[in-house]
Amino acid sequence: MSLLKIENLRIAFPARGGITEVVRGVNLEVHEGETVGLVGESGSGKSLSCRSIIRLLPSHAQMTANVHFDGRDVMALSRKAIRDHRAHNVGMIFQDPFSCFNPTKRIGEQVAETLRVNAGMDKSAARARAIELLASVEIDRPEQRYRAFPHELSGGMRQRVMIAIAISAGPRLLIADEPTTALDVTTQAQILKLIEQRRRDLNMAVLLVSHDFGVIAQACQRVAVMYGGYVVEAGPVDEICARPQHPYTRALLESIPSLESAGHHVRRAGIPGQPPTAGEIGPGCPFANRCAFARPECAGVDMSLEVVGDAHATACPFVRTVSATSEAGGA
Amino acid sequence: MSETLLSVQGLTKRFRLRRSLGEFVTRRPGDSALAVDHVSFDLAKGEILGLAGGSGSGKTTLARMLIRLVEPDEGVITVDGRSVRDARGHELREIRRRMQMVFQDPYSSLNPRMTVGTAILEAGRVHHQPGSDDGDAFVSKFLDLVRLPASMAVRHPSELSGGQRQRVAVARALAIGPEVLIADEAVSALDVSIQTQLLNLFLDLRDELGLAILFVAHQLSVIAEVADRVAIMHLGVIVEIGATAEVFHHPQDEYTKSLLASHPQPVPLDASREIRICE
Repeated sequence: MSLLKIENLRIAFPARGGITEVVRGVNLEVHEGETVGLVGESGSGKSLSCRSIIRLLPSHAQMTANVHFDGRDVMALSRKAIRDHRAHNVGMIFQDPFSCFNPTKRIGEQVAETLRVNAGMDKSAARARAIELLASVEIDRPEQRYRAFPHELSGGMRQRVMIAIAISAGPRLLIADEPTTALDVTTQAQILKLIEQRRRDLNMAVLLVSHDFGVIAQACQRVAVMYGGYVVEAGPVDEICARPQHPYTRALLESIPSLESAGHHVRRAGIPGQPPTAGEIGPGCPFANRCAFARPECAGVDMSLEVVGDAHATACPFVRTVSATSEAGGA
Repeated sequence: MSETLLSVQGLTKRFRLRRSLGEFVTRRPGDSALAVDHVSFDLAKGEILGLAGGSGSGKTTLARMLIRLVEPDEGVITVDGRSVRDARGHELREIRRRMQMVFQDPYSSLNPRMTVGTAILEAGRVHHQPGSDDGDAFVSKFLDLVRLPASMAVRHPSELSGGQRQRVAVARALAIGPEVLIADEAVSALDVSIQTQLLNLFLDLRDELGLAILFVAHQLSVIAEVADRVAIMHLGVIVEIGATAEVFHHPQDEYTKSLLASHPQPVPLDASREIRICE
């Protein structure tokens, strides 16, 4: 069943001489209990897209979309209702687990505060529950850690406390925006494992945003690849990694450095040029100027996703026609 | 290639922690943290040595000690047989000319009020580099070396993307004519597609200029792509050092093994299914 459904999400900012659109008609669906990845380079619109789910956007952003969470229209919610939505339905964790805490308050109290405000617990119940939550995110000696200040914890520990706060209300969806980018690989693996465990135990869905395809491949079942404000390809992770159907996805996967290269230097082709800034994107495919397969018709592509396989869709119409005709012809 | 250029022996750095009130009153020395603990390695001419490790393992402190941005407590550093730690004044400047550093954040390592051309030219002039009296030719030579168009010279850093800024930082380092380049997480902040371009650039520079590169990175796969040898640091100690293929395919140390096991790698591309586009 569909827990979250975003249709035709557009986000724009006022700019010199008009507005600049940074998210250009994104569709995204998250089913109950599944982990969906959102992958893309900086400026692709992935963070803004996931923030739109709880309408956590800068005040000057202009957002239009149909966002339905569990059947309810998120865009129609009043200010009070959106607070409830943020408090009870959706938990969110961010890249930088330091700036999210109040540096002058003990971390346990910050967990308990969330419980008192959102769940209406009294002080001692909130404290007891906060210690339980800290234990559930595998912080050892939670009674002592309760009294620690944010600066006394390592990055991985702080991210664990963030997760504890985010899941304190038993949300249906956890949004994790680059949760491991600031962490070591070993800590990263632990945090991803923890998120997966909590997801199973609490039966919540997870929307994982990352620039790292490795992280996405490890943690998610489905993925949407973003570029220049569009979703250019979406489908099952294994399928997309093995058989990408958009030239951008393929070029991105081929750019990823690999441990297998040890001992023989590979010079990867990479992607020439650089990602476009929002103001530079015109009509048609935003990847055309960097694409090895670009052609004049690319300027007329409408970037809607067309299904090419089992739940696998791509925005590049040229890839599709080719594989379809060659397979039909038995070539 | 086997000619040793940079040699480090028993390099150690302790950072003193703040003394507690008790220690202050009783005039006892405070505790100290051992950031780098008796580290030794050699770097040959034209060699790329990867330095990997988790955060807090001491890799940045080690890199900074090599050009004495951080003063070592113990140990010997020699470049071409000349001691770096004993160098003073003119001699120290000369050593810093021979070893240049590129930092992680190209947003804070470039002067925002200086154009790209001025930044490169100033570096060359300060060190009296040949050709630096002819400004335009000097600047375009180094921009060309990092694959940037000569027209970039008049731009300010704020007009450039992260990848372009990092290229400018490399060009500025090269303008001084170094033999050793220390790249401290130089590609970590960049997008994957831009990261590839920079890695290729480092390989090209090694081939064209015979640069030796100490490549500090926390991402093992990035080191796998460029390094001839790799040193793995953990808690201030080099726990394993050797040929990259050897260390990555047959790790001996437990910490190296755990690092390699944690590395997320996407499922490999299915080579039999090439992407097809009609003509």
